[in-house]
Parts: sequence; structure tokens; C-alpha cells
Amino acid sequence: MSDQSLFSIFFSAMVVNNFTLAMFLGLCPFMGVSARVETGLRMGLANIFVLVLTASSAWFLNTYILETAPYLRIISFIIVIASLVQIVEMAVKKLSPVLFRQLGIFLPLMTTNCAILGLAIFQTNRGYGFLQGLTFAVGAGLGLTLALVLMASIRESVEFSDVPGIAKGTGLVLIIAGTLSMAFMGFAGLL
Amino acid sequence: MRTTSPTQDFVRGIWKENPVLIQMLGLCPALAVTNSVANALAMSAATFFVMSCSSVLISTCKRFIPHEVRISSYILVIATFVTLADMLLQAYAPVQHKELGAFIALIVVNCMILGRQETFSSKNNPFRSLLDAFGTGIGFTIALVMMGGFREIFGVGAFLGVPLFGPNFEPWVIMVLPAGGFLTLGFILLAMGYFEQRKKTKAEQKAEATS
Repeated sequence: MSDQSLFSIFFSAMVVNNFTLAMFLGLCPFMGVSARVETGLRMGLANIFVLVLTASSAWFLNTYILETAPYLRIISFIIVIASLVQIVEMAVKKLSPVLFRQLGIFLPLMTTNCAILGLAIFQTNRGYGFLQGLTFAVGAGLGLTLALVLMASIRESVEFSDVPGIAKGTGLVLIIAGTLSMAFMGFAGLL
Repeated sequence: MRTTSPTQDFVRGIWKENPVLIQMLGLCPALAVTNSVANALAMSAATFFVMSCSSVLISTCKRFIPHEVRISSYILVIATFVTLADMLLQAYAPVQHKELGAFIALIVVNCMILGRQETFSSKNNPFRSLLDAFGTGIGFTIALVMMGGFREIFGVGAFLGVPLFGPNFEPWVIMVLPAGGFLTLGFILLAMGYFEQRKKTKAEQKAEATS
């Protein structure tokens, strides 16, 4: 059982060890849906939702089921995540068809988003309790949203600038991400 | 469906359709664990193992997997082999296992592996799927070792732990930090774009000269 304070967990997951920019988790949506701020923001919110659900189910699995069979951890986590994503997909489709179309393939791909499985595994490795896990999930989700929105606003503003032909596309996105990541290194000494 | 020869199945993934550098799949491990060549090699080996085993198993069992639940079935197969790889690494390479940490478990969600199962193994026989997995695995290894090489040489001044530049070399610490991962991959892609463009202009000039 970890005795880290909730505030330090939250802050560390959100900025100091930002999931995307410092730990390279969830890069696919980061590259894929970061072309528009609004889509990025919504993707981030969908992520927070799934992360919170995952954190609670991972805690439940760890406490009540996996005690006796730790080698089933990866398999059971991924099944839980796959079903959660399926539920969220159905909910989004029903509640907001527009958002469903905007997120496109990246919504079902959330199953294979490393941020979600990563959260469950880190939470287990660090021995977080229920509240700590929830805080971790919200912090990590806000961190992902922050990274997505920052990236999307930079990409929106460089969209019409005259970059060399070879840098168009992923190369440019990666270099911007590198610069953002450098900026986030500034938070490193805070905790 | 387009048919390809077994050699093409094998060679394709190595460079022309390199999973990391061309298709941009499996970026998370490619960026996260390449701060040294040894880690990159351990990660590639684990991914290689998982991909070959699941390709063979899935292409053997493809007839018994219902179409509607195929993705979940693939993920389950992959997760089983990842658990195996995790235990094997823990037993035989404990140092690397500790360094890679959670990223071993995260092989499950490597889109590259799932992508190969969905586009290739589910439609082809085990032998060709194995060739395809080998090719893609080698491509992944090349990309990871390239990244790890650049980052270790500049960031630590060593290759596989052997110092290269002598004591006066001031290491570029940024290269082994997260930002360095993004920048290295970004610059590799820029270089590839440059060569691609040069090739194109040369071909155009040649076509103009002959016409």
C-alpha cells in the first residue's frame, strides 16, 4: 500500500510525469486526433471517463480476484478495458452521433491505447488504494487532455505556415511534441 | 486480393513497410524504451517472440474464430503470449525486465501486432504468417536499434555500454530524456523525407533528360 498524498499523485500524473509527453503513453490518439482543438478536447474527456472506470475496475480486480492468480493480471485487465471501451462506444454513439463520427476509428482503438492499460498496470505496481487510484486516473486523464489540447492548438496555428516540404506531416508533429516535452521537463523539480 | 510471393511477405516489413518508420505503428514502445541499445534489443526480442507466436496460432485457428469477436480473440491470444514473455524475461534477463518495467505488459496494446493479425494472419496460412511476422519483427528491431543507437551514442557517449568518445565528451543529456525520443524520431523522419524527395527530383530530371 502506497502512502503518497492524493495531491502529489494528482499533480505528478498530470504535469510532472505527463502520460503523453514524459512517459510516451497514448501516442496514437495524440498523433491522430490532435489536428483540431475541439476534437482533441472531446477525445481527452472520453479518455478521462474510460480511465476513471478502468482505475476502479482494476482496483476491484486487484483486491478481490487477482490476489490468488497474479499471472492472469494482463489478460484480465485487457478484457475489462475492451468491454469498458465497448460500453463507452455505444453510449457515445447514442448520446452524440456527431462526436462519434469525429472520433472515428480512435474510439474503438482506445482498447489498444497504452495509456489505459498503462494506468491499470502502474496503479497495481505502485500499490495505490481506491481513492489514490481514482485521483491517479483523473490526473492522468487531465494530463492527456492538456497535452492533446496544447498540441492541437499549436498544429492549428502552424497549419498555414510555410514549412519545408520534407517536414510536412508526422515529422513536424514529432518535433513539436519534442519541444512540448522539453517544456514539460521544467516541471520535473516540483515534486 | 493481391497475391504475393513468400519472399515478398518476408522482405516487405523490413524496410519498405517498416512498422515504425513508415506506418507509424507501435510508437509508444519505440519512443519509451529506446534510451539505450540494450533496452531496445530486449524490447524487440520480446515483441518478436509475441508477434511470431500469435501470428502462427491465429493463422492456424482462424477458422474457429467467429468474425464478430475476432479482435477480442486476437487480443486474448496476444495477452497470453505477453504474459509468457514477461515471465521469461523476468527469469532470464532480470536487469532488462526491471528497466523495461510496465512496458513489457504494454506489448499487448502495441497496434503493430494487432494490425498484422488483422491484415495478414487472419487471411493467410501459418507459414506465410510466420514469414510476415519475422519480416515485421526485423523491421521493428531495426527501427528500435536505430533510435536506441542514436540516443545512447549522443546522450551517454557509449554504444551498448562501451564508451566511445573518451572522458572529454560532454553527453547531450536531453537525448536520453523523453524529449530526446520525440526529437530523434522526428529527425529520422525528416531525413527519410529528404532522401525520398531527392530520389523523386532525380527521377524527374532523368525523365526530362531522356524525353
